[in-house]
Amino acid sequence: MSVATPPRAPASPRVIYQQPELLSETSTRYCPGCGHGIIHRLIAEVLGELGLGPRTIAVAPVGCAVFAYDYLLLDFVEAPHGRAPAVATGIRRVRPDNFVLMYQGDGDLAAIGTAEIVHAAARGERITGIFVNNGIYGMTGGQMAPTTLLGQRTTSSPTGREASLAGYPIRITEMLAQLPGTAYAARGTIIDPSSVGKTKAMIKRACQVQLEGTGFALVEILSNCPVGWGLTAQQSMDHIRAEVIPAYPLGVIIDRGKRAVAPTSGGEG
Amino acid sequence: MTVMHGTSERRAGARRARVLMKGNEAIAEAAIQAGCDAYFGYPITPQAELLEWMARRMPELGRTFVQAESELAAINMALGAGATGARVMVSSSSPGISLMAEGMSYMAGSEIPVVLVNVMRGGPGLGSIQPSQSDYFQAVKGHGHGDYRTPVLAPASISEAVDLVAHAFELAERYRTPVFILADGTLGQAMEPVELRFRTPERRANDWALTGADGRPPRVVKSLDLLPENLERHNLALQAKFQEIARREVRWAGQQLEDAEFAIVAYGTAARVARTAVARGRSRGIKVGLFRPITLWPFPERELARLAARLRGILVVELSAGQMVEDVRLAVEGRCPVAFHGRMGGMIPTPDEVVEVLRSFQARVGRRARRKALLPLPAESKVEPPSGNGHGAVDRAGWAPVEPVEPSEPVLAGGHRRRLREVAR
Repeated sequence: MSVATPPRAPASPRVIYQQPELLSETSTRYCPGCGHGIIHRLIAEVLGELGLGPRTIAVAPVGCAVFAYDYLLLDFVEAPHGRAPAVATGIRRVRPDNFVLMYQGDGDLAAIGTAEIVHAAARGERITGIFVNNGIYGMTGGQMAPTTLLGQRTTSSPTGREASLAGYPIRITEMLAQLPGTAYAARGTIIDPSSVGKTKAMIKRACQVQLEGTGFALVEILSNCPVGWGLTAQQSMDHIRAEVIPAYPLGVIIDRGKRAVAPTSGGEG
Repeated sequence: MTVMHGTSERRAGARRARVLMKGNEAIAEAAIQAGCDAYFGYPITPQAELLEWMARRMPELGRTFVQAESELAAINMALGAGATGARVMVSSSSPGISLMAEGMSYMAGSEIPVVLVNVMRGGPGLGSIQPSQSDYFQAVKGHGHGDYRTPVLAPASISEAVDLVAHAFELAERYRTPVFILADGTLGQAMEPVELRFRTPERRANDWALTGADGRPPRVVKSLDLLPENLERHNLALQAKFQEIARREVRWAGQQLEDAEFAIVAYGTAARVARTAVARGRSRGIKVGLFRPITLWPFPERELARLAARLRGILVVELSAGQMVEDVRLAVEGRCPVAFHGRMGGMIPTPDEVVEVLRSFQARVGRRARRKALLPLPAESKVEPPSGNGHGAVDRAGWAPVEPVEPSEPVLAGGHRRRLREVAR
């Protein structure tokens, strides 16, 4: 007899997507389809949710993300190429009450800045690092990086990376996870909404680790470089799924703290 | 090693006393007393004691000491700490200073204050661990890339080094710039009675420093600007600052210049040798004085030019193949002949060797009349002495009251050239 009542509209609309407060409204200079924008947004969301924006001193790298200071509304210092972990150490030591965040690419962290990242981790510096691995030097025009896959063509490995000439890709996050000073190390990606959500959880955990004071925290994020790879945005995401993730497995590599993020499928955490 | 066995109470009570101290340790303690918040370093001879002193004292005081994994890391830690407005010192010796060139350029571009001590050793390359002044070009003419200048302070005694450390922090913070203290292996390793004229420069309000964007817009400390118009504007502002430093911050000291026909121009350890050479030259009838730049940049060029107009000749003495002599010639602009005498690789000229060079220079210059001796003498300008401690000791700022140690055998005339010939063979 009775007619089913239609679902009532909620008293106030539930916001499911909005501009994070810490993300500026400036248009980014990133290429169409680039993953940096997604990652910046995740950082802005996490810092906002943890209320860390006013406490944060961030370190921008050399590379495409050098302009992070234009997009994230945080105090920023620009580090020389590869030196972000040293710069962050200097900040950390004289500003014990601030939150210290650094953002690095794979050329920055895994090539020119290898010594700095290893020793910042070895000292157990209370720093949270975001490591964007897109397997290429994007800003300088797509040259081979230490993380470039074997066989991958770049402007400086035009016939594809050969191990006999250019060695092997470095899984530096696994290397860093060996160090007792590394409290948290994880690898995520941003190829679909599910992986974006998991990566956000990793970033959040890496920030909490710093607040807990247990040591160095790093999240590697497999990202894309459609222009450098010569692929469309969608193809570049497919490429990460098919080629990059098998070489760089996803998941939490180590979490020496109390709570851990559940490893994603295919991960080794 | 150190003879400063005193407790901190004794040290505090001894602020005016004279204590026998090693140069490296006196520089370190002067930085601590000047309120240095953070020190970053890496071991290298002949400055290792500076790092060691900091390693012990800074944690005692609850301040920051980090032994970095490299000089690259050390200077970048300084960059990070300096960007928050902290008072930061870094030290190294020549090869390590080369590694810091990148960070220094970034700090100059980003206008981050820092004091960098170079206890120079012989080069090029790994060179030696003995004293040298062969990094003059590096410090004065451009350490890292880009158009920038760095104030360079050159102490000639350990007491003066103590004064200059506090002065260096003042300059660094007043002008938001890296500042060099250019010492050498002798000053770092030697021990001298040091007047503990420590002082703590006042803190400035840092409305640019990174503290977290709490209740204010975010701040960015950076050197990058891809828009040429903007970067040129930034460079013009930097150059205006460097011009102001050049106008206001020149420091030099003189000795027996009033009636001088010749002047030796020397800084640091070479000036110590020259000081004795002046006394011996005088005793042998040469009217010679000493002109000692304390700031190598800004170089006291106007003062030296005025002096040169009164002189028959200038002899530049350096522990190098001849680096500052180029600035001397630029300043003198042909007003009088300029000669050079230098030793390298850790060798230090003896006063008698310098007197011999001076004699042959005098002979070359000939008996030209002192036609310009009535021109006015430029006024000295040294680092201000610490205020209110009862030491009106400006006149002695450069000099501990001890004669430098000299070799028992005087070097014969032409000894330097003879050695060069031997080496050539």
